[in-house]
Amino acid sequence: MGGTLNANHLMFLGYGALWTIGLSLIGLLGGGIAGFIIALCRISPNRIVRLLSAGYVQLIQGTPLLVIMFLTYFGLPTLGVTVSPLTAASASLTIYVGAYLGEIWRGSIESVPRPQWEAAEGLALSRSQRMMKVILPQAIRIATPPTVGFMVQIIKNTSLASVVGFVELARSGQIINNSLFEPFLIYTIIAGIYFALCYPISRISRRLETRSGPARLSLGTA
Amino acid sequence: MHKTLNAATNAATQSPVVSLKNVHKSFGTLKVLDGVSFEVDRGEVLVLIGRSGSGKSTALRCIDRFERIDSGEIVVCDHRVSDPKLDLRALRQDVGIVFQSYNLFPHLTIEENITLAPCSVKGVSKAEAKEEARRVLAQVGLEDKLHQYPEQLSGGQQQRAAIARSLAMQPKVMLFDEVTSALDPELTGEVLKVIEALAADGMTMVMVTHEMGFARGIANRVVFMHRGKVHETGPAAILTSPATPELAQFVGTGL
Repeated sequence: MGGTLNANHLMFLGYGALWTIGLSLIGLLGGGIAGFIIALCRISPNRIVRLLSAGYVQLIQGTPLLVIMFLTYFGLPTLGVTVSPLTAASASLTIYVGAYLGEIWRGSIESVPRPQWEAAEGLALSRSQRMMKVILPQAIRIATPPTVGFMVQIIKNTSLASVVGFVELARSGQIINNSLFEPFLIYTIIAGIYFALCYPISRISRRLETRSGPARLSLGTA
Repeated sequence: MHKTLNAATNAATQSPVVSLKNVHKSFGTLKVLDGVSFEVDRGEVLVLIGRSGSGKSTALRCIDRFERIDSGEIVVCDHRVSDPKLDLRALRQDVGIVFQSYNLFPHLTIEENITLAPCSVKGVSKAEAKEEARRVLAQVGLEDKLHQYPEQLSGGQQQRAAIARSLAMQPKVMLFDEVTSALDPELTGEVLKVIEALAADGMTMVMVTHEMGFARGIANRVVFMHRGKVHETGPAAILTSPATPELAQFVGTGL
């Protein structure tokens, strides 16, 4: 034990950073699919579907991701389902991200002006045609900046996967620190890597927000 | 055989395109339509006038089932609109509606706006729909705007494009809901000209408008709504010689 920070340590951190990126992408993909379904359920004409999806969103938004991680990793085995750290982390992120993206996207769909729905209805388009051809293309434009912004939250939240023993960036930092005991140095490096991952994305999000300004304006008057 | 067919088509041409019978509609405790009845025959232009809140826009929206009625009967092109089992999409293929705020789809070009419904609802081929788009745009004087986006057009042009979009579905009746209220006088003129041309072509139309001069020129029948009721109805002449003091006061302030 002991020693100084060397290339092997940095390699190990780089490996952890790759897993952070990988887990983020899994969270975005899984949560994106779940979120899309939830967004559609939240605006369903069926009251039961609306209530169930709203309940899901409330439940997840009122539960720390950390607890969801514990539940899937430690809770499921007591029910006879053993899951690997990767599966537990992926499932937890999907559940969690799905609730938030579902709400962001529901808001985007609902902020497409009501008359757009009516115009599409007046042209005899079916509900799914109205959705696919008129509402969603406009909602996607509205949803892009907050969705990209939420990516930053996903990246940072993957650090919680360390509690179930998944070796991503934060956990690999912990492991190195356990042998080197240089917490200030190591966690500064970790913070720097997280920042390097997140900052460009928040910049992109802000750029998209200012660019979508005029587009939203024209939606309002249309 | 031939005779019965003829009789049937005769009966069809004689039955009104739009008919409202004793229609009642409330929003909460507010009674908006209080026993409204009127009919529109083929090729007729019916103009609904009245103060804001008199129920004229609601009456128009009930025809296309954008509002459900509480009681009464509405029949449009043989669709029983008041029937809960109504085939909504069949009704809306026969009825074109144009709104005050144009409501063109901002993410589509004018051509795509127009071809969307014929292609996806009626299954018309892309080429045919584009041909039709060109024809209806020529009809409203916008054939050069085919590939532009709505935001590149003036308000009047957008409204004309919205009319063209409705026409491309070849409706049997057109509804116009205060289509010039968002436009300045010059742009209003170009939209009204398009509507006049449609009337001259024999299109059946129901319109809500505040343009009294225009109403006088185009209406076969005027329905003056007041407090949710048809207060006075008759030919366009009633606008110049109203029978009730309420209409007299309304046209007095309207002119």
